[in-house]
Amino acid sequence: MGNIFDIIGPVMVGPSSSHTAGAVKIGNIASQLFGETPDKVTIYLHGSFGATGKGHGTDKALIAGLLGMHPDDLKIPDSFELAKEAGVDFSFEVKDIKGAHPNTAVLILEGKDKSPMKIQASSTGGGRIRINKLDGVEVNFRAESNTLIIYNIDMPGCVSSVANELYKHQVNIATLQLYRDKRGGRAVMVIETDESIPEEAVKWLDDVEGILKVTFLNVSDYK
Amino acid sequence: MSFQSMEEYKAYCVENNLSMWEAVLQADVEEQGITREHSLKKMQNMWKVMKENLDNYDRDLMSRSNLVGKDGGQMEDYLEKGETLCGDFVAKVMANALKMGCNNACMKRIIAAPTAGACGVIPAVFVTYYREKGISDEKMVEALYISAGIGNVIGERAFLAGASGGCQAEIGSAAAMAAGAITYLRGGTIDQAFNACAMSLKNLMGLVCDPVGGLVEVPCVKRNVIGAVDALTAADMALAGIESQIPVDQVIDAMREVGEKMDISLKETGIGGVAGTPKAQEITKHLF
Repeated sequence: MGNIFDIIGPVMVGPSSSHTAGAVKIGNIASQLFGETPDKVTIYLHGSFGATGKGHGTDKALIAGLLGMHPDDLKIPDSFELAKEAGVDFSFEVKDIKGAHPNTAVLILEGKDKSPMKIQASSTGGGRIRINKLDGVEVNFRAESNTLIIYNIDMPGCVSSVANELYKHQVNIATLQLYRDKRGGRAVMVIETDESIPEEAVKWLDDVEGILKVTFLNVSDYK
Repeated sequence: MSFQSMEEYKAYCVENNLSMWEAVLQADVEEQGITREHSLKKMQNMWKVMKENLDNYDRDLMSRSNLVGKDGGQMEDYLEKGETLCGDFVAKVMANALKMGCNNACMKRIIAAPTAGACGVIPAVFVTYYREKGISDEKMVEALYISAGIGNVIGERAFLAGASGGCQAEIGSAAAMAAGAITYLRGGTIDQAFNACAMSLKNLMGLVCDPVGGLVEVPCVKRNVIGAVDALTAADMALAGIESQIPVDQVIDAMREVGEKMDISLKETGIGGVAGTPKAQEITKHLF
């Protein structure tokens, strides 16, 4: 039996689970990965997102998610106005992204005292999403379980530091993915865990030599 | 525990001496590793939200394309004149199906059941029946479990998305989910419920997914009406003792075959069918 609440559910604002609910989730996860609501966001819409996005409210949904809303938030249709009130500058452009899933968006998030973040994500149906690229590095995760994302320099010891720290806090690793742009270049670790990771562990990891940035997506925060 | 067929679903009920709804609840509890209370609480909330969603319909709201929105209100006004061909109950089901379809297009809250495009079928049948016949909330939650169980099997054996199998996979599946559950609510046997599923699916088999401009509006909103009414007629036939000569699992397999053979222009691409008509092309040109 698959999850019966995927059959009766999700509770969402219409009109489309892929073009609306999935888009809210993409925006929401992007903000979480960035660490805060961005001051400025540039969004590129590919394929069906570009062709029918407006009619499905994909644009409003992405902004709603960036503001921290969830797919069932009744304020989703008002997200443009709410973003303006919050001082979030946003723009959209239709763009063909080679080899991307038909429902794909690229978001570039900018904020004060922060380097920009570029994320490419697809809405794969039923409100589910997949993150495809983070700052130019190919990744592959759904943001459905607790996910630890670590940007590091590709050098020996980083994985073992992370594994040791998780073990210390009795956090079990469910899946582990490693990506890098080139040998000795920028690498990304995507680790899905069964338990939540304590804040002190995230802070400790942030100070480890070779680790550039640590983000923890706590799914219990996401309905 | 995963039901790959309706036969398996029935066997699970018989072996464990469980009713149709309890079988789905127990399978969910076992599969997800959650408590019975947790699952029940979640489904009770779904039922509560389903009623609220319907009541949140706003007859003055139009979708961003301006194609749909007032239909639910129009049907309600007509219904109040008391001159419907279908009779009061069915007309109310129709109005509620339209309301939910419009809610979805107008970016109001809905429950995908099984999809957003088909979100009106189950509330139209369930909420109308609940209110008109004075059924308890507990019974309606049971009906939701049965719907989920049926939808789950269809998803396992065939598909639930218009892009995969056409509208038959969305509205057709929603109708089957509603038909089986309402047959149960009316005191039907498990075989009668399955017959209702089979008949409702057969009667919408081949339905293509042809949204004008790719939007979940035309013809989607009105197809929720036919899905809901299809469920009622199938349930009534089953309760009358009429049997589907083709077993429900084979009907689901046939739906899959039809969906696979369906041309891509008829699977949510906004190219063929109603979406391909001159008028639809004209509408699409002027969208936004």
